[in-house]
Amino acid sequence: MDFIAILLPIAFSLTMISVFMGLCSYSVLAERKVSSWIQGRVGPNRTRLPILGHIPILGNLMTGLGLFQPAADGLKFLFKEEITPGHVKVGYYYLAPIIALAPALTTMVVLPFGRYVDPQGIVQPLVLANIDVGMLFILGISSLGVYGIVLAGWSSNSKYPFLGAIRSSAQMISYELAMGLSILPVFMWVSAPGSEYGLNLFGVVQSQQTLWLVIWQPLSALIFLVSVFAETNRLPFDMAESETDLVGGFHTEYGCFKFGLFFVAEYAHVIMGSALFVILFLGGWNFLPGIADPWSDGLFGTILSVLWFMGKVFAMIFFFIWVRWTLPRFRYDQVMSLGWKILLPLAIANLVFNTLAIALYDQFTR
Amino acid sequence: MAKTKVLERKPLSFAEKTFIPQIVTGLKTTFGTMMGKTITLQYPEERPSIPDNYRGVPTLVKDPNGREKCVSCQLCEFVCPPKAIRITPGEIDAEAEPDRAHVEKAPKEFEINMLRCIYCGLCQEVCPEEAIFLQDIFSLSGYSREEMINKKDKLYELGGTLPDKHHKWDKKKTAELKGNAH
Repeated sequence: MDFIAILLPIAFSLTMISVFMGLCSYSVLAERKVSSWIQGRVGPNRTRLPILGHIPILGNLMTGLGLFQPAADGLKFLFKEEITPGHVKVGYYYLAPIIALAPALTTMVVLPFGRYVDPQGIVQPLVLANIDVGMLFILGISSLGVYGIVLAGWSSNSKYPFLGAIRSSAQMISYELAMGLSILPVFMWVSAPGSEYGLNLFGVVQSQQTLWLVIWQPLSALIFLVSVFAETNRLPFDMAESETDLVGGFHTEYGCFKFGLFFVAEYAHVIMGSALFVILFLGGWNFLPGIADPWSDGLFGTILSVLWFMGKVFAMIFFFIWVRWTLPRFRYDQVMSLGWKILLPLAIANLVFNTLAIALYDQFTR
Repeated sequence: MAKTKVLERKPLSFAEKTFIPQIVTGLKTTFGTMMGKTITLQYPEERPSIPDNYRGVPTLVKDPNGREKCVSCQLCEFVCPPKAIRITPGEIDAEAEPDRAHVEKAPKEFEINMLRCIYCGLCQEVCPEEAIFLQDIFSLSGYSREEMINKKDKLYELGGTLPDKHHKWDKKKTAELKGNAH
């Protein structure tokens, strides 16, 4: 019995990591496909695996959609020559991609992705670790990701990576403030004194059963969304890479699998950001605003809730990609002034407004 | 001095200052193109349609009766700016081809060095017999320098037969038979 109690969490974590990594590689594919569709191209459609690719109709369909492309991409990174430039600080140079990827993968521990009804009839979240300070944990850990970028830029010992790293760290620090402040009102409404959830993400989802937070906290949602774009270093806030003026940004000196790790880390952040936005503002696995969940209490209902949640996350990932191929990159000073002069005051104003609103609400309802 | 006219810029409205309506418009545009048709040509399988007057690889053509048109006058060799063409003139064997003997000359060797050719089309322009044409072949590759020199048989193979209304040498022959050489 003890043995199973130890083994089960390990099995769950391994499953979740493999699913998450699979999602990462397929969001890379999604990026390539959506970008090519937006530009009137076809995208990757040639890679074909030996047996799967030769199933009569399905094989051609999968090849046309490029479903085998991630395998080819990964193998390419693995088999490339491992180059270490002579001027780098070797230890830190190798450490940087790991530090970039690890926080992105760690945050998924507290991410609830579905719900089940336990034998007592209580709704429980499907999550690896259902801790009280879930949101705090995610904010804390995900901001560690910037260390990977800074370390990469510094240990590369070269000007463009260094510039990219400096920009990226400045940007992340600026937007983290707005991000943290923007979700405070959410938790102020959700976990009123005496509620059992605290900063738990499951509580946020449960509170959105009737109304999604994006509808009655649109300003918070907007600020959070913009900050997530900045935190994940996605275009239009692509300061860390800015291919056009910094060669490749912080990963200029990186090649083969080390670059691959950075790449996966970027998409892991995108997926985490999307999932977080879905949980905080789009009602998690709740069906639609105003409509009660149609998920049954059994296993089938659990699977449906997970699928519905995944569907929302995919829609958000698509939105991330869609925005990337629509908007040009902001200039560095524009990014800074947007963060400090607009988003931060707006977030503070939003917080003050909501505090007053809650105070008045309490005054008149009690 | 040219007069400069300073245009007054309209101040941005509040909605415009937030960027959001513009971003939404941009998103709509990209979504529209995403739903639209792709314009990619799947190259090795699909080929672009080549216009008629395209200047591709120079080739030698035969007349509709399958006889070679080149009379090895060497005008193309002389006009060729990068000196890519080399012709070794030869004579037509009167006993082997009695009906073509009056043409007298044909190239023994005809080489176009495709490493030198600049696809200018002057050879086609200068040819009095309409024997050399730059046709629709646009991709050419080889493993060695020798392979990139197109020999006579290769040139005829690439060129094929083009419709020819004149039949100049047939007319010459009938004229000659009637006793009027010119």
